Amino acid sequence: MKIVKIDKTDWSAGLQRSRESYRLVGPIKGENDDFAGIRELGEGEEPDLTATDTVLSPKSIVYPQSEIMFEYTTDKDSPDANLLIRPEKNYSPCAVVGIRPYDAAAFLLVRKNFDTPEYRDPYWCDAYEASTFIGLAVNRPDSTDFSTSTGSGPFSEKGLDALLVDTGDHYLAKLITEKGEAYVKAAGWKTEADPDTALKQIEEMKAVAEARISSAVAFENIRKKTILELYEADFWEDIAFSCINCGTCTYLCPTCWCFDIQDENRGTNGIRYKNWDSCMYPLFSLHGSGHNPRGTKVMRVRQRFMHKLKYFLDKYDDGIMCVGCGRCVRSCPVNIDIRRVCDIMNSYGTVENACTV
Amino acid sequence: MQNPYQPYPVRIDEVIDAVEDKSLKTFRFVFLNPEDEEKFSYRAGQFAELSVTGQGEIPIGIASSPTEKGFIMFTVFKVGKVTSYLHNMKAGDIMGVRGPMGNWYPWDSLEGKNIVIIGGGFAFTTLRSSIVYMLDSANRSKFKDIHVIYGARMPGLLLYRDELYEWEKRDDIHMHITVDGTDDPDWKYNVGFVPTITEQKAPSADADTCAIVCGPPIMIKFTLPVLENLGYSHDQIIMSLENRMKCGIGMCGRCNIGKEFVCKDGPVFTMDQLSQTPREY
Repeated sequence: MKIVKIDKTDWSAGLQRSRESYRLVGPIKGENDDFAGIRELGEGEEPDLTATDTVLSPKSIVYPQSEIMFEYTTDKDSPDANLLIRPEKNYSPCAVVGIRPYDAAAFLLVRKNFDTPEYRDPYWCDAYEASTFIGLAVNRPDSTDFSTSTGSGPFSEKGLDALLVDTGDHYLAKLITEKGEAYVKAAGWKTEADPDTALKQIEEMKAVAEARISSAVAFENIRKKTILELYEADFWEDIAFSCINCGTCTYLCPTCWCFDIQDENRGTNGIRYKNWDSCMYPLFSLHGSGHNPRGTKVMRVRQRFMHKLKYFLDKYDDGIMCVGCGRCVRSCPVNIDIRRVCDIMNSYGTVENACTV
Repeated sequence: MQNPYQPYPVRIDEVIDAVEDKSLKTFRFVFLNPEDEEKFSYRAGQFAELSVTGQGEIPIGIASSPTEKGFIMFTVFKVGKVTSYLHNMKAGDIMGVRGPMGNWYPWDSLEGKNIVIIGGGFAFTTLRSSIVYMLDSANRSKFKDIHVIYGARMPGLLLYRDELYEWEKRDDIHMHITVDGTDDPDWKYNVGFVPTITEQKAPSADADTCAIVCGPPIMIKFTLPVLENLGYSHDQIIMSLENRMKCGIGMCGRCNIGKEFVCKDGPVFTMDQLSQTPREY
């Protein structure tokens, strides 16, 4: 494992050097922004590594909220009338600098949905494959972070190509993949740290950071229950009671991937879009006949948590569809907490649970 | 791997009023690029997304049979934005078809068995595909007795009427056509609801018999107990589901029943499988 030491005085110059072969993406709060977000950085802009905990997750880097799938004309005189044409898009190499480890781990979960043995979503996959993820370890996780119990963590390398650790006056860059090595090379950061000392320092910092995380989720009992046992459980009304179906949790979640497809026309020209959608909305599942298989709020809330904490777990046998970033916990207007829901599901029907009621 | 959202361009070859009240039309499509027909290789029971440029896409069961070459056929009920627009399109118009999608009736395990097909209303499209497939001279010997119980509210609402009456004359298929009611004095077939006719005409189950059931929820609700009484176990009852869909390839997230996506893991499920999933359909 190669570890490169980056002096902070050489940080900006390195970023600038890397721009020759990479587009840069990173956390930033622009003058007109209400809050920090992760987006492509313009000339002169640098990733703000104090603002990596963005309100919205970085999923839009690979999966924009609204994306053009096809362009078309319905003009019958055109030789291309009614044919759908995928427009050119820039899929040149892109470095995402300053992404949090759990957000990078989320891409691995979402990839299971978009990159399957049968079908490959070219929009998601092309953007994902063009990206190099240079993560920033989280030295001081906040109170809503429960990433360690989801298989990620403040220093997790899952889904990252390189991990930066901020040690004060320099960064230690742990090079995890060839993509990560290539980026650091392009940035011209060459000073190799003594691997033993550096690794020891990183491990110590990791232990301190992980010790700060005070909440966790467990899902071992969820795994043992059948889908119908949990689906038919008696707690869903209580969980959904305060929900207003605003959809905030789904929009800022790094692992929520549901989408809609819409045609939008202007005259005889038009665009077929892929837009983020949300299972919180009745229209999501409404039939043409008027029948809605998830017609009530309770059913929709149940769908969201069952998908994340049970269906995904059963389908891929690779953990839950949650990386523990805590965004939904922080932003839910009615304080629904996925950690509590997970706990209710996990302890359902156990003796312990029966006693606490 | 090709872009799974990219439809094959097709030309509408023919538009046929499928029922007397014109609420359903049958569309025959021809692929603009002949090689696309080979790529669109399907089995009876699958569906496709019909893509009307500028309007959107709709998931529709494939009504033609894989044994019919040179075209594909869909029967579409006029219900929303895309279907209403489609109903006004004409032969010669260009649109798109994406697919085939989903699984199919389990033809490999159905071989050597008696097949009982039970359909109601306009849920007869993939059943028509199945019947044409089984009756094809290359396939008929693979199956034992074939029974078809198919009903609509009145004679004019039966789909594929000409074919039904042709099949009625054959001796290698037992047709039980029925209507809920009719004032036509010349009506030669059954009168009665599908569950009732199933009770009267469907063969009792043995280990070598399977039933494929497609129809409106009310028909399914009353037909299932009849089949159970006739001895059909839940893995001998095969159904095809519908849910709202967009992508058709298991990605957009809306059509799931539990962990299964109706579009990709279905639409064909046995009663046995459905009894283990939430009834979100």
